[in-house]
Amino acid sequence: MTTPAQDLRRKPDRFINRIGLTVVYRGELLRHRAYTRFLHWVYGIFFFLALLSGFGIYMPWIFRWFTPLFGGGAITRMLHPWFGLGFVVSFALQAHNWASDMKWQPGDTRWMKRLKDYVTHRDSIEPADVGFFNAGQKGQFWEIVAGCVAYLITGVVMWFPELFGRGPVAIGYVIHDISALIMLAGIFIHVYLSTIGEPGTFQAMTRGTVSEAWAWTHHPGWYRKVTGRDPVEALAEARARMKTQE
Amino acid sequence: MSARQLQIQKISGHPGPVPGKGMHREEQLCKLVDTTTCIGCKACEVACVEWNDMPFHPTLFDNTYQTMPDTSWNYWNLIKFHEVTNPDGSFQWLMRKHQCMHCAQPGCLAACPADGAIVQYQSGIVDFQQENCIGCQFCVAGCPFNVPKFNPETKKVYKCTLCSDRVGQGLEPACIKACPTGCLHFGAKTDMLTLAQARAQQLRQVSGYRNAGVYDPKGVGGASVVYVLHDVTQPEKYGGLPSSPGIPISFTVWKDWFKPVGLIAAVTAFAGVILHYVTEGPRRVQPQPPIKEVDGGAPEGRTK
Repeated sequence: MTTPAQDLRRKPDRFINRIGLTVVYRGELLRHRAYTRFLHWVYGIFFFLALLSGFGIYMPWIFRWFTPLFGGGAITRMLHPWFGLGFVVSFALQAHNWASDMKWQPGDTRWMKRLKDYVTHRDSIEPADVGFFNAGQKGQFWEIVAGCVAYLITGVVMWFPELFGRGPVAIGYVIHDISALIMLAGIFIHVYLSTIGEPGTFQAMTRGTVSEAWAWTHHPGWYRKVTGRDPVEALAEARARMKTQE
Repeated sequence: MSARQLQIQKISGHPGPVPGKGMHREEQLCKLVDTTTCIGCKACEVACVEWNDMPFHPTLFDNTYQTMPDTSWNYWNLIKFHEVTNPDGSFQWLMRKHQCMHCAQPGCLAACPADGAIVQYQSGIVDFQQENCIGCQFCVAGCPFNVPKFNPETKKVYKCTLCSDRVGQGLEPACIKACPTGCLHFGAKTDMLTLAQARAQQLRQVSGYRNAGVYDPKGVGGASVVYVLHDVTQPEKYGGLPSSPGIPISFTVWKDWFKPVGLIAAVTAFAGVILHYVTEGPRRVQPQPPIKEVDGGAPEGRTK
């Protein structure tokens, strides 16, 4: 027996995984199945549509060149709530998909305390308790969840101002702006770390797989869980193999 | 009066200075509404609808002397009727001509994010330019007098123009022309204030309205519509006339100061990741390929 909430995920999940191609080559691990990737790019597109249309309205004296992309100011204003709604709904599905992986663990608090070491690459591989997601990813995920709630509430207020009145609109748009600014800052970090900042990561969201070396470097806890091998030993073996080849 | 009075001095959502602002000094124009001599004939309402070519509105008689429940996107001028009981038990019928106040610091213009959708002329008239309006209705939230009205069909906001088309040709607004009792006056703001003060003094000294005074709210920098009220201490009695109107600080402090600062703060993250790439470099998958000496040069790859 499945609950309706589980069905909401399982049915599209199975369908997308059936039509989406995921090939795991030798030396690779499955990171994100087709359904996860599909959702990611859906809300990714909605995010940028909402971002561009929103910032055209946020500060037209700088970003007025964004609005012609959507057919002018009035149409931008008309489309922006739909882009936002698309983002919130597709992200909600992903949140449902990822909720258990994103659960905060004691190790995540430790990770946050050594954030500086992460930024400065103090250790060559991550601590052994870093699982499928590290604490930074979890932090950003929960920030977006909170942001989506804020967007939805304040967005509906601004969408139908005649129902809510003067005060809620005046307060709501400030909250909406702050949420957008946090996510704007976040998207730079997200895009950087998933492309040039950590090479080998991007393919996780395209082909869906990562190399084993990527897994023990960035997510040793997850590597141990899916392969049953010790990440440090695996790294040492790989190093030795590389030496002999030389 | 001349077309110079339609020289623009403020533009919503606009980068840089306003072209031609301050080249000529013009008297601020002003409409004076003396509520004490309004008989509620609605000639001004009809004149407004006629001049601005707006449709006839069917309405329902609600046992008052008010024609419509409220102004609308195509009904900009309404005599609000209020029957009040005074502390001494006497009745009073209050008639107030409700329309755009044409504030010196307009909340609608401050709130508007669309470049050129709301302008203020040097004469003090605040005018909506519907071709630039994006239909966000922030002006509705910015206005303390509940004036701008949204048309859901065109997705644009409309309000009283103070007959800028007539004023630009040296004519008085249509409502002024129609008023039969002389309760409406139109002219330079200084003249109108002098006239209003004299009338208020007359009301206080001769007619026994001890609280009579002039309503020209400071919270919006004064307005181009001023009222003479029987009781200036309680403007709320006249229906929707706030005693201390103001613009929400989210449309002033937030919009003018925190928005750009917030944007710079957010873009700092972009600078941050670029700086990280340059100083720390990418985080590479382990094991890294062995570092080799290049002939006569520095070692290839990171040495850290």
